[in-house]
Amino acid sequence: MSTQVFYFVATLSIIFSLMVIFAKNPIHSVLYLILTFFTFTVHYVLLNAQFLAVVNFIVYMGAIMVLFLFVLMLLNLNNETEPSKSPLIKIVGVIAGCCLVVTLVGSFKAATITSPLILKNPGLGLVENLGKELFGPFLLPFELSSLLLLAAMVGAVLLSKRDEVEI
Amino acid sequence: MDTGFIIEKFILVAVIFGISLVIAMYSTYAERKVAAYLQDRLGPDRAGPFGILQPLADGVKMFMKEEIIPTTSNKWLFIIGPGLALLCACIGTAVIPWGSPMEIGGKIVPLQVADINVGVLYIFGVVSLGVYGVMIGGWASNNKYSLLSAIRAASQNISYEIAMGLSIIALLLMTNTLSLKTIVEQQHGLNWNVWYQPLGFLIFMICSFAETNRAPFDLPECETELIGGYHTEYSSMKLGFYLFAEYINMFVSSAVMATLYFGGYNYPGMDYMATLLGPTWAPLFGVGVFFIKIVFFIFFFMWVRWTIPRFRYDQLMNLGWKGLIPLAIANIIITGVVIAIIEKF
Repeated sequence: MSTQVFYFVATLSIIFSLMVIFAKNPIHSVLYLILTFFTFTVHYVLLNAQFLAVVNFIVYMGAIMVLFLFVLMLLNLNNETEPSKSPLIKIVGVIAGCCLVVTLVGSFKAATITSPLILKNPGLGLVENLGKELFGPFLLPFELSSLLLLAAMVGAVLLSKRDEVEI
Repeated sequence: MDTGFIIEKFILVAVIFGISLVIAMYSTYAERKVAAYLQDRLGPDRAGPFGILQPLADGVKMFMKEEIIPTTSNKWLFIIGPGLALLCACIGTAVIPWGSPMEIGGKIVPLQVADINVGVLYIFGVVSLGVYGVMIGGWASNNKYSLLSAIRAASQNISYEIAMGLSIIALLLMTNTLSLKTIVEQQHGLNWNVWYQPLGFLIFMICSFAETNRAPFDLPECETELIGGYHTEYSSMKLGFYLFAEYINMFVSSAVMATLYFGGYNYPGMDYMATLLGPTWAPLFGVGVFFIKIVFFIFFFMWVRWTIPRFRYDQLMNLGWKGLIPLAIANIIITGVVIAIIEKF
């Protein structure tokens, strides 16, 4: 049951991710990206990582993508304003893409199918266990990353602050 | 997963869905009556006695009107917008515990669709998703005023979500759980969270006003500046969906406020009532009490709407970022310190 759901959702993730690239309109791209994130949320639920699922839902779908959409709506991008690319850049892009495909195919060929990994502790993704892990053995990295976020926030406020002299 | 379980949940979902729709329908009537009362008018009184058939008349009117899709709009997104708004408004009811488990024919039936152990965060996720309906609809209309309104809605929603989340954190420090069922069970009798978290409740309530786009925070549909806001181009039942979604949102956020801070289905003297009425009728009485609380909050929403004028946009942002967020952080610190002191001694 769970395996079939996984394959179904995984197919959807791939389709939506491709649509992000192929959509002509940037707003449509963002909307497909939101759908892709939604399928990721379902993947987390399937892995029994409820906290990660709901945080992915709130932070990525509910906040970051709203800001993406916000910015793109303000930019008002459409076909007329898009700069035309020179053929040289297109050729370079095709060559680079082919190189990537060759590398990926080569690496996948070398890989062997392993038996599915079974978690020692299936309840690890629940809020309580995750909190105990984060605030126990991983306290220092957790605090350091929060400090990093704080620094980024202060930086953003500083950058957006108007010069007092100009007013 | 047996069939009985699925049927039981299906009936529960259908009943909750029906009740939300009926309450939203009569909220439109109540809003007009409350407005009339506050402005010394009569309000709707033609359709049926006291005008109680007015919502039905409005519904028929909405369905019968001509449906216009602007030629320059993005057709699919124009249709998806109102649908998404209504969907996001409705799915919030899934995790709210409507009553204590009820005994029907020797079987204990929980009056909650899903008791997930991240219930509070689920509500939060649904709230943050709600803005997409407005944004997509406003953008797809291809109208400058709609777009401005959609952008206002998005920035307002994101700003007030932060303060809302912070005010919930202070509550979670006390309850030690994210499950709404457990949070309600902890507030037995009159042991409600609002006595311990008055400031948190105030911040949460102000933010719910902003998240549901209700006055004084209804800047996305500010008529004097934006014609009709994000639904300027909408007509017929699509417009109806947007208006309806607002009332369902109001219902759900009233239910969440009552659940988190006002004890949900708990009331003083509930143990006595439980022995008096037995395991079938006592939970139903609790559901009734819960709905009285919800109706009070819905009335409060309307009361505020017809009392306080709309904010200016910079006032809105100042209140959110410079007023509520620092207050909410101070609330978390005070709660944390008090809990640490209590645990120490």
